[in-house]
Amino acid sequence: MTTPAPAAAPARPRRAGQAVRALRRVPLLVWVFLLIPLVVELFWVFWPAANSFSLSLTRWDGITPAEPVGLGNFSALWDDPIFTRALTNNVIWAVGFGGLSVVGGLALAVALNKPGPLVGLYRSAIYLPMVVSLAVTGLFWRVMYAPEGPINAGLDLVGLDSLKNQWLADPDLALYAVLIAAVWRQCGYIMVLYLAGLKSCDISLEEAAAVDGASAWQRFWKIVMPQLKGVNMVVFAVTVIDSLRTFDIVWAMTRGGPYNTTQLLSTYMFQQAFTLGNLGYASAIAVVIFALAIGFIITYLARQARAEED
Amino acid sequence: MAAATPTTRPMMRKPKPARSPWLHVGMIPLTLLWLSPIVFVVFVAIRSFDDIASRGLGALPMSISWEGFETAFAGGGLMRALGNSIVVTGFGVVLSLALSSCAAYALSRFAIPGRRAILLTMLAGNLLPPQILLVPVSAITEAAGIYDTLTALIVVQVGFGIGFYTFVLHGFMRGLPTEVFEAARIDGAGAGRIFWQIVLPLSRPSLAALAALATTWIFNDLIWAMTVLRTEAKFPITAALLNLMGGYSSSWNVIAAGSLVAAIPTAIVFFAFQKQFVSGLLVGSNK
Repeated sequence: MTTPAPAAAPARPRRAGQAVRALRRVPLLVWVFLLIPLVVELFWVFWPAANSFSLSLTRWDGITPAEPVGLGNFSALWDDPIFTRALTNNVIWAVGFGGLSVVGGLALAVALNKPGPLVGLYRSAIYLPMVVSLAVTGLFWRVMYAPEGPINAGLDLVGLDSLKNQWLADPDLALYAVLIAAVWRQCGYIMVLYLAGLKSCDISLEEAAAVDGASAWQRFWKIVMPQLKGVNMVVFAVTVIDSLRTFDIVWAMTRGGPYNTTQLLSTYMFQQAFTLGNLGYASAIAVVIFALAIGFIITYLARQARAEED
Repeated sequence: MAAATPTTRPMMRKPKPARSPWLHVGMIPLTLLWLSPIVFVVFVAIRSFDDIASRGLGALPMSISWEGFETAFAGGGLMRALGNSIVVTGFGVVLSLALSSCAAYALSRFAIPGRRAILLTMLAGNLLPPQILLVPVSAITEAAGIYDTLTALIVVQVGFGIGFYTFVLHGFMRGLPTEVFEAARIDGAGAGRIFWQIVLPLSRPSLAALAALATTWIFNDLIWAMTVLRTEAKFPITAALLNLMGGYSSSWNVIAAGSLVAAIPTAIVFFAFQKQFVSGLLVGSNK
């Protein structure tokens, strides 16, 4: 098959013949194996996704027939202060949540990279929060942030009572309070990704640089970081996609309040759809979320496609 | 290795001190700080309402009371919610893995035209933000007559998860040695038998990793449950908890106890399958 075909043999009919033969070589059962899952996914994922796009061009309450409004929903979004607030919050969220959990996760991975006494214990402790659902994480931190809760009590104890706050009720602080809770849970995941990345780094390069007198800081930035390029890209894409999906933890902690100051695109979309019943308007928000996410989804897919090739 | 190196290259060893104690100086407080939210929630959960009311939420427990757990179970219907969660998770995990291992087998071992495009499309489906699916999915379940049933939740979880699981299993099955398949084919085994008797048993490690991961994902889900369920009696534990919080907003011990009950099943999965869990997290981020 791989031997070079005799020059310019009638290639086209031959390839077609091969394709037919290939098709025939796949047993019927295997087609069934492929088609059932594929149809399930097409029906429950791609078909609804396509529907969202057409719904976003309508006004619909779910009961009376949808009424086409063209791009009206999108121009209404532009003038909706809660939407712009949610959009801004989502940017803050992506930067803060992504930045803090990447810095934290990477630092922890570097610190806990070499095996040693207690290291396994530290690692388990850091990624334990990950098994707690985002909704429950939210509840945990509601307890922490309660007016008389441990955080305020702790601040009292060390004499910093001036820093005491109504963390989740303060419009200026609530978003960041929720963000800290999310970072607490995310760090472990990022750490696991970087630990795996570090494991596949070539140690001899770092040793050679150490012999040449490079400091630990230099070695990290000049030798280790370039080798982590692949992981960095995955982490970046995953973080942004996650940020745009974030819903549970905000819903559990503040439901977007106080005064919509913790509203993210996803929570606002959900509220519009299922609390207020503006299904067309909500679909328009969903389309915006999709539009923001698609670039990162493609980045991630392209990387996976390349990994598939090797 | 470490013991053998110095004898061959004695010069290399000198600059490295055994192990810096600073790691522990930094990590012990950090670890404690990291675990403190969990510890505090446990502390709150085992205190009585009166104790919290009189001594404040931030105080340490002086005695143990199961009042919070009792109220959560009796008044909050947590038992039923836990049951719902287990049903949905059980069926969801088994069905998703069954369907995706079939698809992965077909895509990895047979010359299906355009298989790479199919595979990436399936993965793309899983990466979509769920928000773009919520409204139509709730409408579709309604039209199909399964809105507000656990079936709807299971089906939706399966549909949304399949793409990712297929992708991961495909990567694994592709790496299985070709000789095994040829030997089986020579023995006259058909595609179905090869799948059942060779591919599935050999894929056990990646199936285990995905099962650990899928269990936590489905068990921890909130948004799909809120999208396709309306009746409180059908809520899984995450959604039921948020409802409980509405009813007992001032009873911190009840909220803390309920949160712990919701966290324990996945924590058990985590501790029992820590290795699989971690390797599950790594799939899809392979170098």
